Amino acid sequence: MVTILFYLFAAVAIGGAIGVVLAKSPVGSLLFMVTTLGAIAATFVLLEAHFLAAIQVIVYAGAIMVLFMFVIMLLNLGHDYEGDFRGGLYAIISFVVVGAIAGVIKNDLVGTQQLEATGAESIAAAVEESGVVGAIAHPLYTTYVVPFEITGILLLVAIVGAVALAKRNVT
Amino acid sequence: MITEALLLSAILFVIGTFGVLVRRNAIIIFLAIELQLNAVNVALVAFSNLHGIDGQIFVFFVMTVAAAEAAVGLAIIISIFRHYETVDVNNFNFLKW
Repeated sequence: MVTILFYLFAAVAIGGAIGVVLAKSPVGSLLFMVTTLGAIAATFVLLEAHFLAAIQVIVYAGAIMVLFMFVIMLLNLGHDYEGDFRGGLYAIISFVVVGAIAGVIKNDLVGTQQLEATGAESIAAAVEESGVVGAIAHPLYTTYVVPFEITGILLLVAIVGAVALAKRNVT
Repeated sequence: MITEALLLSAILFVIGTFGVLVRRNAIIIFLAIELQLNAVNVALVAFSNLHGIDGQIFVFFVMTVAAAEAAVGLAIIISIFRHYETVDVNNFNFLKW
């Protein structure tokens, strides 16, 4: 049952991703992206990462995609329907690059034996002890506290940078 | 299921790479980059099933950096649009060799 659901959501995610790349209008592309993000959140649930699934829907599909939508509406790009694909030699080179990446991945993954979920017991034990959120929060505030604080500085810098760049007259 | 998740991640990453390479609309290029980041997130969650909870914390950091990157990138796009009245990357060849 879980495997069937996983294949279903994986198919939705891949279809949405193809839609993102092929859709002509930016708004259509954005809506396909929201579909993909929702399907990826569902695969997170199936991979036992429930808190990340919630964050994926709230932060990615909620906040970041709304930011993109604001910019598309602000710049009035919603009715930009002519195709904007690079053609000719460039497309052929892109196919070669993508094919090379896919070939390397296929060589590494396909044909290997089925991987065992050896880390799943430790995650299940942590969830049993401190809950779904606590299992992530505890290492985040102990082992990874320095990167966590640096992330705060990064967000501050990003906010200041975004305001300074989008301002009309920077003096 | 971990192998399937890694395959899904690889397929999404390849599609995102193709999007970055062939599209000319700067906003859609950004969306394709977000797609690549999400593909990596799927791989990290799959590996966290293999090696413990650390992978899920890396996903947390990736999401934060993606949010910061989207904010700064979209501000740059707005600033460029004010200057050139377009978001087609073929027009931004001032620094091109």
